[in-house]
Amino acid sequence: MTRLSTLAGTWEPMSYAFLDASAKREVRRRMLKALAIPGHQVPYASREVPIARGWGTGGLQVTLSLLRPGLRVKVIDQGADDSVNAVNLRRFMMRTAAVEQTTDALEADIIQSRHRIPEETLAEGQILVLQVPDPEPLRPIEPDMSTARQMHGDADYGRMWLMLYEQIVRSGRVTQGAAYPAMVNGRHVMTPSPIPRWDLPKLHMARHITFLSAGREKRLHAVPPFTDVRPLVFDDVPFAVEDHATLTCAKSGLRGTFMNEIPLDDGGTLYETSDTGLAIKVLSTQGGTPQPIGTTWYPVTETQP
Amino acid sequence: MTAFIPDAPILIDQQPLLRVTAARRLYGSFVAVDDVSLEVWPGEVIGIVGESGSGKSTLLRMLNLEEPSNGGDYRLTLPGRAEQNLFDLDRFEKRALRARHIGIVYQNPHLGLMMHNSSSGNVAERLVVAGERRFAVMRRRATGALAASDFPLDRKDAPPIELSGGMQQRVQLAKAIALEPELLLLDEPTTGLDVSVQALVIDTLKRLQAERAITMIVVSHDLGVIRTLADRVLVMKQGRVVEQGLTDQVLHDPQHPYAQELVHARL
Repeated sequence: MTRLSTLAGTWEPMSYAFLDASAKREVRRRMLKALAIPGHQVPYASREVPIARGWGTGGLQVTLSLLRPGLRVKVIDQGADDSVNAVNLRRFMMRTAAVEQTTDALEADIIQSRHRIPEETLAEGQILVLQVPDPEPLRPIEPDMSTARQMHGDADYGRMWLMLYEQIVRSGRVTQGAAYPAMVNGRHVMTPSPIPRWDLPKLHMARHITFLSAGREKRLHAVPPFTDVRPLVFDDVPFAVEDHATLTCAKSGLRGTFMNEIPLDDGGTLYETSDTGLAIKVLSTQGGTPQPIGTTWYPVTETQP
Repeated sequence: MTAFIPDAPILIDQQPLLRVTAARRLYGSFVAVDDVSLEVWPGEVIGIVGESGSGKSTLLRMLNLEEPSNGGDYRLTLPGRAEQNLFDLDRFEKRALRARHIGIVYQNPHLGLMMHNSSSGNVAERLVVAGERRFAVMRRRATGALAASDFPLDRKDAPPIELSGGMQQRVQLAKAIALEPELLLLDEPTTGLDVSVQALVIDTLKRLQAERAITMIVVSHDLGVIRTLADRVLVMKQGRVVEQGLTDQVLHDPQHPYAQELVHARL
């Protein structure tokens, strides 16, 4: 006679990577569906995780269902690896799933991020998980979500251009800074999380997988590798990224990266590279410990700080 | 001296632009539009009068393809469309047809306008829906349409919420004519405006009609508006057309008892 205890696993205080098997299966299935329909928002059963809604629960659930022992994870928040939220999430992953941490975008298997895509070009096999507050690009023009869903079904995106028209009429230029709408695979318009315009071109024909997951809104969408991602623009008003290419990082002397603005007491401003993973590698190289620096999406040069 | 020989009269061999046969619309068991048939020739202005609840606005929404029908046949003489019953189109085709060939002005500007977008943006919406993706072209054509409806161009980027009722109707009108539609539907275009503004809006409509020969269908309970604008009049009661004819004929010599009541009703 077989004893029940030999069939059941040994008791553990919690599941591997926190989520139980059925929760992970749910998220993985929705991720596969999202990959199959690039840019399409797939609803999923968003679970409770031990952080507050709005702090990256969507991204965390996607990451947790992808983890296995030995993977290297990088978590960034506003480009920084050492901000409180990033440190918390990374520590949680390490505790519950025995993964390794890294700050190097080149060697990370999974990168969970809130506002930025690393400056170094990601490679095949890497997965970028973006935490999304609001996955619905039509929200500003259509508050009724069931109508918005029908508009997605009909590919009825004309009024998105009206939003851009309004911005140009009001301000003389397109003022949409973050969450700039983009057409994915020529079919679905998505909002690429709160990443700046600067990072949007990095998604076009990217080699890595991008998942965008909103825990509170319970929807996720994805950009598979080598997928066409084009920002919505007028034919006669070209898409422009933030004019950070001419700024120089005060710490590392890098030029050509997205910058954080640091106001000074005397009213002046300093700029520092927002991607701390890259900046630390450059600083370390300058300090005599060379670190491999990958190719970057934008041309990055080093000047004397 | 040669005798004056007038030209032989030209026979009208034009097709009607719009032909509706036996249109019906039910709300449950209530018959809102009952067996209405209607023909409109290019360049003609048709007035529809009747009391509240007589089905005239429902009919207009059916003609705009936003209200489904419960039977009937609706044809517009458009290239490639003449053989189709437009009531049977799916919602994609209805939307495309409506965007391209039909303009509408609602009584309530909140129905037809995005109140917090700029006025020119409201007009430009018609252009983006029809596939225009050039900012400069959208701007130019929106401004042109606003100018054609006598809108003061220095306020073209003001949101309609900040404009007066007459101005809001002009924005709606500009939006409706932006793509030069074959058919313009006007649902109580001047109701709620004061008399002097009413007269100005009617002036604009008459001028547009004279310049562009747009085919219009005007729904109004105001016989003055109908008398000024319409060539022919339909009188509706309880979802049915009870009398139709030339405007002067119907308004001066109504035959149906209800039409007589309507014409003679004065405050």
